[in-house]
Amino acid sequence: MATREIRPIVLGGADERDLAKLAPYEEIGGYQALVKARGMTPQGIVDELLASNLRGRGGAFFATGRKWSFIPKPDQNPNPHYLVVNADESEPGSFKDNEILTRVPHRFIEGCLITAHAVESKHIFVYIRGEYTGPFEALRDALEEIRGRTDILGEVTIVVHRGAGAYICGEETALLESLEGKRGQPRSKPPFPAISGLYASPTVVNNVETMATVPPIVELGGAEYAKLGVENSTGTRVVSLSGNLERGGNYEVPHGITLRELIYDLGGGIPGGRALKAVIPGGSSTVILTADEIDVSYDYDSLVQVGTAMGSAGVIAIDDRCCMVQLGVRVSEFYEHESCGKCTPCREGTRWMTQILRKLEAGEATEPELDLLLDVCDRINGKCLCPLGETAAMAVASYVAKFREEFVAHLDGGCPFGGASPLDHVLAPVAQHSHSPVAEVPA
Amino acid sequence: MTSLYEEIQDVKAQYPDAHSATLPALRLAQERYGWLSPEAFREVAEALEESPAYCMAVASFYDMYHLQPVGRHLVEVCTNISCALVGAQQVLEAFEGELGVRAGETTEDGLATLRTVECLGGCGWATIVSVDHRYRTHVQPGDVAAIVEELRGDA
Repeated sequence: MATREIRPIVLGGADERDLAKLAPYEEIGGYQALVKARGMTPQGIVDELLASNLRGRGGAFFATGRKWSFIPKPDQNPNPHYLVVNADESEPGSFKDNEILTRVPHRFIEGCLITAHAVESKHIFVYIRGEYTGPFEALRDALEEIRGRTDILGEVTIVVHRGAGAYICGEETALLESLEGKRGQPRSKPPFPAISGLYASPTVVNNVETMATVPPIVELGGAEYAKLGVENSTGTRVVSLSGNLERGGNYEVPHGITLRELIYDLGGGIPGGRALKAVIPGGSSTVILTADEIDVSYDYDSLVQVGTAMGSAGVIAIDDRCCMVQLGVRVSEFYEHESCGKCTPCREGTRWMTQILRKLEAGEATEPELDLLLDVCDRINGKCLCPLGETAAMAVASYVAKFREEFVAHLDGGCPFGGASPLDHVLAPVAQHSHSPVAEVPA
Repeated sequence: MTSLYEEIQDVKAQYPDAHSATLPALRLAQERYGWLSPEAFREVAEALEESPAYCMAVASFYDMYHLQPVGRHLVEVCTNISCALVGAQQVLEAFEGELGVRAGETTEDGLATLRTVECLGGCGWATIVSVDHRYRTHVQPGDVAAIVEELRGDA
């Protein structure tokens, strides 16, 4: 590849050594940023973060330093402060936190400890999705290695809390509900977690990659970090590449690389000499781009300008065999399955979307029903407590807007792909046959 | 051997509010019994000082808790977009053929439960199949027979 020099920061050093282990991590200066940070005032660290302009890597891209600055001072609110890390990575197309936790767990822990110092918290909870056995074990083993190291842990406790399979728990207030032992349903905001979060106390919720970026920022200094990347999207991003690509995987790149470079240089292009048809740029919640829209810079502002979003940086390449109606069905089925059921427009709307899309795919829909689909999408937007239904609606509406001819072609006789699309009849969990014969209970 | 009750007390002690132990407690019960039977819910509820109904209400929200018995092995095939684009459905069908069940079912001999799941977070290494909660990456239909053979050997 090498159209430009790429120096990893979050995953830096992990190709050369086994940074999942404490000794190699300390050899390359690990936990020294923590020492430096503990020599600074909490406000001093917040100021460095503000200077770095680090923005949250979970998907919302909110300025991390600002988020921390919303936490009331201990004399303003006597309740304990909590740091909760969102390791519930579940966005289709995104698998970066998986790799970060597995390969650089100590850098992640160091970032958590620096953050705890900055927001004056003694209690860290890491909410990791239940399916992530490997990343959980890497984190558990890393924590075991630093047990008893009071020079590292200080007075801070870290509890790793395992989820149990629910996409919605990636939404921060649903995550907090789940961490409190409830069904993971989002809360009404305000109050925001900074004021009333875990156990109704001031809480910072940050993403895994955000935490792993904190030590390098403290080490380099915020201003130096801000020189990487582009304006408003400073630094690097661990981008997940998947779909129809030669070399899927995670790649840490500076913001400002183009989507074309990501797909063709790093991802190695489309296998089998096939043509690129579309790209989902930031996880399944984001608006789709057509093949001729990929000369866009991969940064927050540039992607917003073309009507989409960087989201959780999950880039999914789709080749020309894929039916866009089937893509709509599969995406809609996912959100239907994962809707928590609290808000009616999302609970009912995602189901309506799936039904109409299935009718379209079967060739049983009429043109007014295509308009009905867009109308349902419109009626979900902006009417729920969290963005789940809204992102589903915006994503599917974008398939119709950008590939309308293909949707119209389905009105007359069904799917023109004749079973050749890879998404043909894919069985989603929401449609799964569930009449299981009951097996003997193992003794 | 430590009792489930004692294990749950240890977990409760990690949290400022013992309610937070609900998910871990359900996980511990499932690891012990294979699934969450009405008896298991009663046991968890007692340890948490909650009602069984509350514990069932929480458990039924999450995909990883089994409210019915499952096989000795759990085979979960991701059929979300990235996996589906590179042939997850064919992988699923290969498992259906090898195991002789449809997705969502358990083999008659109790060897394995097969099901599809939503995105497992390994999209660039598709198709992801989680076998007893460990990810197999880059799984192709041709790999399925060997995986099933492995399960039979373990059983």
